[in-house]
Amino acid sequence: MGRFLLRRLLQLIPVFLGATLLIYFLVFSLPGDATAAICGEKGCTPAVEASLREQYNLDQPFWIQYLLYLKGIFTFDLGTNFAGQPITDILARVFPTTARLALMALAFEAVFGIAIGLFAGLKKGKFFDSTVLVFSLLVIAVPIFVLGFLMQFVVGVKLEWANPTVSGDASFTELILPALVLGLVSFAYVLRLTRTAVIENASADYVRTATAKGLSRRRVVTVHVLRNSMIPVVTFLGADLGALMGGAIVTEGIFNVNGVGNTLYRAVLNGEAPVVVSIVTVLIVVFVLANLLVDLLYAWLDPRIRYA
Amino acid sequence: MRYSRTSKILGVAAAVALSLSACGGGGDNAADGGGDTSRVIVVDGAEPQNPLIPTNTNEVGGGAVLDLIFAGLISYDADGKPQNEMAESIDTDDSQNYTIKLKADQKFTNGDPVTAASFVDAWNYGAAAKNAQLSGYFFESIEGYDEASAEGSKVDELSGLKVVDDTTFTVKLKQPESDFPLRLGYSAFYPMPEEALKDPKKYGENPVGNGPYKFDGDGAWEHETQIKLVPNEDYEGPQKPKNGGVTFKIYQNDTTAYQDLISDNLDVLKTIPTSDIKNFKNDLGDRSIESPYAGNQTIAIPYYLDNWDGEAGKLRRQAISMAINREEITDVIFNGGRTPAKEFTAPVLDGYSDSIPGSENLAYDPEKAKELWAKAEKIEPYDKSEKLTIAYNADKGDHKTWVEAVVNNIKNNLDIKVAGKPYATFKEVRTDATAQKLTGAIRSGWQADYPSLANFLGPIYTTGAGSNDAVYENKKFDDAITKGLSADNVEDGSKAMNEAQEMLLDDLPAIPLWYQVAQGGWSDNVENVEFGWNGVPLYYAITGK
Repeated sequence: MGRFLLRRLLQLIPVFLGATLLIYFLVFSLPGDATAAICGEKGCTPAVEASLREQYNLDQPFWIQYLLYLKGIFTFDLGTNFAGQPITDILARVFPTTARLALMALAFEAVFGIAIGLFAGLKKGKFFDSTVLVFSLLVIAVPIFVLGFLMQFVVGVKLEWANPTVSGDASFTELILPALVLGLVSFAYVLRLTRTAVIENASADYVRTATAKGLSRRRVVTVHVLRNSMIPVVTFLGADLGALMGGAIVTEGIFNVNGVGNTLYRAVLNGEAPVVVSIVTVLIVVFVLANLLVDLLYAWLDPRIRYA
Repeated sequence: MRYSRTSKILGVAAAVALSLSACGGGGDNAADGGGDTSRVIVVDGAEPQNPLIPTNTNEVGGGAVLDLIFAGLISYDADGKPQNEMAESIDTDDSQNYTIKLKADQKFTNGDPVTAASFVDAWNYGAAAKNAQLSGYFFESIEGYDEASAEGSKVDELSGLKVVDDTTFTVKLKQPESDFPLRLGYSAFYPMPEEALKDPKKYGENPVGNGPYKFDGDGAWEHETQIKLVPNEDYEGPQKPKNGGVTFKIYQNDTTAYQDLISDNLDVLKTIPTSDIKNFKNDLGDRSIESPYAGNQTIAIPYYLDNWDGEAGKLRRQAISMAINREEITDVIFNGGRTPAKEFTAPVLDGYSDSIPGSENLAYDPEKAKELWAKAEKIEPYDKSEKLTIAYNADKGDHKTWVEAVVNNIKNNLDIKVAGKPYATFKEVRTDATAQKLTGAIRSGWQADYPSLANFLGPIYTTGAGSNDAVYENKKFDDAITKGLSADNVEDGSKAMNEAQEMLLDDLPAIPLWYQVAQGGWSDNVENVEFGWNGVPLYYAITGK
């Protein structure tokens, strides 16, 4: 088990190097001159442009720029963005907010997705099951920004149950609405995954045996049906955490959440390679760790799975 | 000189107004309009793109904040008329040598006095190449600028600036320019305290100014979230705050801000998003405003393109211009939020004229357009397979809709191939424009830095100018601008500028489309909202209800 963990953690190193190199190269290759973004509509003088290039190493070839960035990582000095803010400050500002939002969305989709999916699976073909299936299909089919604006308008503007936008504190209560919107589509997937797995397992041999042994219905459902149905769901949730954090850009935009999405978007537009790479690298690490956790959960969910 | 006399009178008028409002006392009622003067006004803002240093801010997000926390030598009232702030007087005999006297006993909010050196040092800092300040080019008229701003230059002082005593300094320009005093209200010309120049990086996070407002303590700028300003009690100028503070709430997009506005979570929104243009007057009623400001939209056609140079090129430019139905586009697409252009500047400016000879080239006349195009064909045939593109950036500004409308106008009336050419980002289109590698026309807009006709002409159409995307080169035009700048007074200057515009209207290096109109609104919680000459609300005058 310890060796398994160590091996997986060591795998992070090549993933990290490969990802930073690739992303740095992609941002570097974006067309357009980054100084044009700094100088704005009215431009600046050639002397100012030259000194901006020097300041942000934009006058260096790709390899030098990349190595300078790597050097920055190891000396814990990621440099600054074009507005002069330290990149470490930016990371410290945007990640806690987005992580909170993503975890809330994850909790919402896990709890409600699994609960409703289980219920629907056990009542296969009944009215509740059919209703839930149609509803989840609808949620998957409608684009997220439509759902977002709709919820914002109904809940925030018409009913005034919550503010339409999130303040700088991004407190728990403020994030409930955005988290619901963010988790809605995944919720539908979790629900459908759970339902399918439950239906499959409900007719499995070991469930029949358990029932025949005279175990209570409650125990059969929670321990034998549900636990065994969790493997595909947990796999999905693990991958989804990364997707939620990186993909919250639309939701964050609608509710004005000061998180990863908007900062990343602006950095890409401006060609700020160090900012983009730093943010994406953290996202990759989160993604890899979440999946490691999922692998460990497999062994707990299904004792037949062993790691060495 | 006329200017200095008016500015002295203005100074007196401002002082009188101030003492009058002081009599009213700091109670609940402002001198005019009434309203709650203790309310903190929440307005929409954008994250400043640079540290908040006056000489290093070249965009509106940071500019709006700077304009509240700093007071320059002069400021502009709602109509763009100059009024004295820190200046007691600005005098000149020849429009080239200026003597600037400051009001006595003015202070920065850290207690430092505002002296002649506060201005001179700040301007020197802004102009010197080694400091790489984005707005450094604003000092280009001052003697010694070329030496200080040259690439790699170690010179850090402008030879044209001299401190005489604590409250007096002199400015020597390279050549006479009568609208120089008019520029002094622009943010690049604000004074800075000593601490700013010692550690600009630290200062840019928590700037200390001398304006109507100040930062609400260190860290009042919460990045990407909000910037909190409170009134500066020591400020005694024409923009005395009538509210308990201004908080800029930073929005990622206008649509979200609009939702906050209609649910009364935001007090003032200065730009209604395109998607709500059709219904904002219904939603807000008398809390909406349409206020023309000093900005315009044009399409520049570079002279380095085939077909668009020489006599035939000129006829083609005129044909394109007459093929565009400006009235219809401003009506249908912008719902009246723009007004058709009659020349190259903007109607809110002093000296504007809507009947400059040649302005008929901007009127919709498809028959004449076809005629002119045919005439150009006789001189030099146009390759029908060639496509005229109009470049625009797709990342901000919502240009797609109107570019498509213009494209259709030209296509239908002249029967040539035309298409919009979206660039993914602003920086890409600017890179091609600066490198003169555009393959077609480019949309370009101009927002005034200071209320002057010259600001819309000099930086865009003179030979080699920084924003001359069309690469227009016309010696006669350059001379006319120089002549206009050196006129004895602003009136004569404006006249000369409009004469220079006759050449532009004939040559059409760029095709003026329309003038900008600010479309904004406010919540049920505030009143006394008015927009200024530059499309920015007069934040200081807003009161609670």
